[in-house]
Amino acid sequence: MGSRASTLLREEEIEEIKKETGFSHSQITRLYSRFTSLDKGENGTLSREDFQRIPELAINPLGDRIINAFFPEGEDQVNFKGFMRTLAHFRPIEDNEKNKNPPATEPLNSRTNKLLFAFRLYDLDRDDKISRDELLQVLRMMVGVNISDDQLGSIADRTIQEADTNGDSCISFQEFIKVLEKVDVEQKMSIRFLH
Amino acid sequence: MNYSSTKRALAVLITCTFLSLPYGYNGEAPHKPNAGATILPQTKPDNGPQAYPEDVPSNLPVFTMDYPRIQIPFEITLWMLLASFAKIGFHVYHKITIWVPESCLLISIGLIVGAIMHSVHEEPPAVLSSNVFFLYMLPPIVLDSGYFMPTRLFFENVGTVLWFAVVGTLWNSIGIGVSLFAICHIEAFGVQDINLQENLLFAAIISAVDPVAVLNVFEDISVNEQLYIVVFGECLFSDAVTVVLYSMFTFVAEMEVVEPEDVFLGVARFFVVGLGGMGFGVLFGFVAAFTTRFTSKVREIEPLLIFMFSYLAYLVAELFAISSIMAIVCCALTMKYYVEENVSQRSSTTIRHVVKMLGSISETLIFFFLGVVTITTEHEWNWGYILFTLLFTFLWRGLGVLVLTLIINPFRTIPFNMKDQFGLAYGGLRGAISFALAFTLPDSIGRKQLFITATIAVILFTVFLQGISIRPLIELINVRRTNRDVETINVEIHSRLMEHTMAGIEDLCGQWSHFYWKDKFMKFNNRILRRILIRDSRAESSIVALYKKLELQNAMEILDTVSGDISAAPSLVSLQGEKKESTTPKKTFMAEDLKNMHDLLSKNMYKIRQRTVAFTSKHALPNDNQPREILIRRHANIRRSLRHGSFQSTIPRSQKYFSLPTGQNLGSKYSSVRRRYADDHETMSEVAYPTRRSRFNQPKRSSSGAMMPLHMLETLKEVPSTDVLNESQSESFSKDHGKPQTGSSYSDSRFPTHRRHFNPPFDNNNGSADDLRNEDEAEEEQRRRHRGALRPPPSWAAEPRDDALRNPLLRRPQWNPKK
Repeated sequence: MGSRASTLLREEEIEEIKKETGFSHSQITRLYSRFTSLDKGENGTLSREDFQRIPELAINPLGDRIINAFFPEGEDQVNFKGFMRTLAHFRPIEDNEKNKNPPATEPLNSRTNKLLFAFRLYDLDRDDKISRDELLQVLRMMVGVNISDDQLGSIADRTIQEADTNGDSCISFQEFIKVLEKVDVEQKMSIRFLH
Repeated sequence: MNYSSTKRALAVLITCTFLSLPYGYNGEAPHKPNAGATILPQTKPDNGPQAYPEDVPSNLPVFTMDYPRIQIPFEITLWMLLASFAKIGFHVYHKITIWVPESCLLISIGLIVGAIMHSVHEEPPAVLSSNVFFLYMLPPIVLDSGYFMPTRLFFENVGTVLWFAVVGTLWNSIGIGVSLFAICHIEAFGVQDINLQENLLFAAIISAVDPVAVLNVFEDISVNEQLYIVVFGECLFSDAVTVVLYSMFTFVAEMEVVEPEDVFLGVARFFVVGLGGMGFGVLFGFVAAFTTRFTSKVREIEPLLIFMFSYLAYLVAELFAISSIMAIVCCALTMKYYVEENVSQRSSTTIRHVVKMLGSISETLIFFFLGVVTITTEHEWNWGYILFTLLFTFLWRGLGVLVLTLIINPFRTIPFNMKDQFGLAYGGLRGAISFALAFTLPDSIGRKQLFITATIAVILFTVFLQGISIRPLIELINVRRTNRDVETINVEIHSRLMEHTMAGIEDLCGQWSHFYWKDKFMKFNNRILRRILIRDSRAESSIVALYKKLELQNAMEILDTVSGDISAAPSLVSLQGEKKESTTPKKTFMAEDLKNMHDLLSKNMYKIRQRTVAFTSKHALPNDNQPREILIRRHANIRRSLRHGSFQSTIPRSQKYFSLPTGQNLGSKYSSVRRRYADDHETMSEVAYPTRRSRFNQPKRSSSGAMMPLHMLETLKEVPSTDVLNESQSESFSKDHGKPQTGSSYSDSRFPTHRRHFNPPFDNNNGSADDLRNEDEAEEEQRRRHRGALRPPPSWAAEPRDDALRNPLLRRPQWNPKK
């Protein structure tokens, strides 16, 4: 029990995470137990292999990228705080949050941040632009093997053409936001976390 | 044109009817051998010498006819055929089915046939007795609904569904009953003799909702899932509640005086009936699941088991007079999960098909019959009563939805807004069940005819008026939809990205359900239930690990044998390098191109797993995503395993992709069909049917298809069936042969999708497909030249589906929460 004790969640940590992410106490504890169950090495952090062990994530076409999104730049381990921070993007936007005065820093689960998460799934090199190749890669992952490169290329071209307003044949984040303005992102990118 | 073929179909229909008429319908009830059985058909032309027995036939009769012997089955079959022709006829002209729901059309045909029969003074077959309905016609309908209920969505919303179904139906019945009783006192209508019990009985009958038409519309316009499941579930369970109320009130109606204790007993009985039904259903479901564990050697009887057990659940519940509908629905729900894992793919497909078919037949027959009866029975029309019934029906439903939503909304995570409520209220059509219940009222009810007439009136009104108008209305008020906003390619792609992400994140959090105890149930399930009920319930992840290891091993082997570098997926660099015309930024896209793109994307993008997509249609089979999933998983695994070596160099495109091994038969055993995110009305999406030859038989691509020799077959002990191999050699495929496949297994669904690419049922793609294919053929030639040392490997054959289950690697992914 000795080594486990250090990984138990302390109250002040819970409070911190609560403030930063907006999760409730019970949600945090629940997600913590999930975190620890994934953490096979029991060292308080998750590595990429821990994520890949989740079978359903393995069959997800975007599994690798999703996993990647959890790890900050260049690092290979993610601790619970980081885990929660990423998950906070998917909290549903509550109505009262919309009406209240926006807090000083935008909450992690705001529409823009959700879209940013999605954007980052494309934009691996973090240059704030989705280039044609990045788009092609993701498309290829989602589409499988039935479409030829040329067709996929046309689709990608069309996608960029639809979105690109400043003519640089890349999709910037602003263009991304604009193209998805009619889409109910709040609902699409939220999950109901269990209490 | 189309219209004329509709007319032709109609003519065939009528001809059939006419042909049957002379045979004299005297009742098709299977257990009522009818009096007029010995009618000799006078009008049938004889082709030979007839033998009318006079005294004793002196010679051997050469040609005889014995109609009475076959009469009952014959007439039943004719009726069913008639109804099927009607169904076929509707779909001839596609536009009709969009605007007019199928139930309307069926009723109309029934009306026409009824009119014909009436004009020749025939009686409709007295087929619809209480027994026939409750024992033969209702179970398939309910089984159909229960089996195809989207489970996850249902359980997420089970509270709401039950709330609306149970409390809503009660509210409706009591409300309508009491108000009708109130107006009964008005002298002018002349219905004072209907007492409260009878009114309540009648009200119970017409509160059974049957929103089949509405469900179709909802699906077509992809209305939001919550609304869909509530309407679906409400339909199902309101049937159960109505039947219970019906039996209760029938009993009560025959009693002279109602004591308060009777009311209390009624309530108690209600609970007993409901919960008892559920209990029985679950019990039978488990027994069925357990039995299927042992049927690996006798696959043919698996579908039979399913049906027999469900039917048994129904009958036993009937025996104890508890809610048989609940029993059969719970049985189907429980059974489905375990059975689908135990039975072979073919059995699974068979089960689904037969369930759909039976349900469809029953429903069609009932609506049809409704139409016929409308014309041919004697009606007792009472303006006041019937109009008020209509009024109250709407009123109470609207009120009910409002009040109930108000109460339940705080408990829901996604509350219903006004538009949802409108959809819910307006979608309360009445249908088959109400009619059957009314028709089978005991004759002791004095005003039975009036009730029947009123029920028919309500049904016709709601089905025709609301059924036809709901579609434009829902579109007009713009009910919240689920992501079908496909105006731009961007939206489509990004939405799909988001969905995949969400599916992944949900898995990550280890949750896919709303309720905590569901979590617990899954643990219980995995630990205990699955061990008992499923044949091979090994934990998945160790297998995945093993698989990865083996494939990595093989990949290494491949690397050693092949002279050149391989990269699994099209790498960024190589894509860039290869693309000649990568710099045509402003290509003009014609509308047709755009459409093709949409089609391509929608056909080819990976489906989100069954869990997040929940639409199933009452009139179409749901798609089967599972084989695809297996493929996805392998794909990812290979990709991952291969990525461990660094394969980034630019290699000629030819060697870049893993593809199918030699002579791989792309037109494999599995024909899969378009899969859409929300299922459309395609019904045939089997995966385990024997090979369909591709239309585009391109024999040229023999071994050139293979880019990678794959040895791994043996190690994984998959059984390449030799006949499949032979098939494959004779029928190879060209297009998109080897597009990014990573390594091995592209067995099953890939091929059909290749073929599908050529075989699009809606031929929009054909134009571009052909063009692109030609292009690629040219590249193909090039590629072949590059090929060089690649040797055709022992092929990976698409293993027969049955074996797939033996090989746990190919098992469908199971949710295995590691807590």
